[in-house]
Amino acid sequence: MNRRHVLDLDDFTADEIELVMQTTDAMKEVLARPIRRVPPLRGKTIVTLFYENSTRTRVSFELAAKNLSADVVNITASASSVTKGESLVDTIRTIQALGADVIVIRHSQAGAPYVVAQHLRGSVINAGDGWHAHPTQSLLDLYTIRERLGPVAGKSVVIVGDILHSRVARSNVWGMTRAGARVTLCGPATLMPPLGGDGLPPVTVDYDLDRALEGADVVMALRIQRERQTGGMLPSLREYVERYQLTPARLRRARPGALVMHPGPMNEGVEISPEVAYGAQSVIEDQVANGVAVRMALLYLLVGERTTELAAAPAPVGARR
Amino acid sequence: MAERVLMTEPEIRRALARIAHEIVERNAGVGDLILVGIRTRGVPLARRLAEKLEELENVHPPLGELDITFYRDDLGRRALHPVVHRSEVPVDVNDRRIVLVDDVLFTGRSIRAAMDALMDFGRPRAIQLAILVDRGHRELPIRADYVGKNVPTARDEEVQVRLTETDGRDEVVIVR
Repeated sequence: MNRRHVLDLDDFTADEIELVMQTTDAMKEVLARPIRRVPPLRGKTIVTLFYENSTRTRVSFELAAKNLSADVVNITASASSVTKGESLVDTIRTIQALGADVIVIRHSQAGAPYVVAQHLRGSVINAGDGWHAHPTQSLLDLYTIRERLGPVAGKSVVIVGDILHSRVARSNVWGMTRAGARVTLCGPATLMPPLGGDGLPPVTVDYDLDRALEGADVVMALRIQRERQTGGMLPSLREYVERYQLTPARLRRARPGALVMHPGPMNEGVEISPEVAYGAQSVIEDQVANGVAVRMALLYLLVGERTTELAAAPAPVGARR
Repeated sequence: MAERVLMTEPEIRRALARIAHEIVERNAGVGDLILVGIRTRGVPLARRLAEKLEELENVHPPLGELDITFYRDDLGRRALHPVVHRSEVPVDVNDRRIVLVDDVLFTGRSIRAAMDALMDFGRPRAIQLAILVDRGHRELPIRADYVGKNVPTARDEEVQVRLTETDGRDEVVIVR
């Protein structure tokens, strides 16, 4: 893969997505072995830098790096010098000086990974920035669909919930459309971003979930945060449940065998009913398992000589003794 | 670029037939054998050997295929990591005898990588090596148990094995 960073999927070509998918296939085979470890990233250092809480994404990256024999250093903002007022750029410079080949960053501020990319000689992977992007989630969603239903091109994907605050939805609009799927966004008007003006590819918007689900191949429910209610964006959770919860009755409107997805963590009984979340059509656990394989694929594809060469500090002139 | 034919289609066929006989003789049958081809061209060669072994012994040995990309010792020196594929080893390798199959034996580094890859699947009783062309210039202490043809080469020459399954016809050529 001829790129240094994975910041969002807006600059991924269909071919690049396909390369990630095929490489993920090979990684799945490694994960099925009794010893789930191969050596290609021996001697490389991966730093995960998380300014926001996360379990599955951080652990997923850590396992991915370890399965490829890389060394992993985990930094969480609450336990670092960030609490002493160190700025993001200072933190990056420090990590760089310690010799990181890849930084995996999650930050509440949209765009933070782009700032890091400007200051780092190694590679940056965006593990979620504000409401902006979460590219690795979208790639694992794409892989999960492809694994179950075959090629993503031509599939109809409905994403329902709090689209406005969802980096998963935004990255999936890029990823899914680039892979040739048709995307419908669904949710209350108060939780729908203004579309069309921000360069996102064209999607269908529907405020009626029953109608949106007709003939869908994939339904992805997003987490509804309870704060949205106090923020005045939802009249009540009960009304949201009434109109937008993914229930067995609603799911029957989609294609038979349609996939149910959720990026997690779930609010069972709010955006998704437990029967659907743990039903036969749910691939939510597959998503978590595929997350490790997709992240292995990205780490493998990003780390070549180019990054090591750039990451190595040049020897000062006259330093040879 | 000049090309010279080292082995023709019938020569390749006879070499594989001889190797199959040698495998049977050396192992007193094909009882606990697994044939494992190294991608790309070791895979069809392993398949052909398995068919010859079945003709001789009425047993079709299990076939595996190995992608050694993860185990290459030059990964860190390449600008871009190569595309990697799944490895398929269909049966438990523990205590089995394995015949690794590849098209060309040169520096020995691919075979070293293949042995490391195999060991990650278990502990075989023995690993043997079958090669269509041995062109010399080893950089590691590795030798083949079964050789289709020994060919003296210069280091800067290139030996290309072409097989019907991957290239549309059977021949081995040397390019200089």
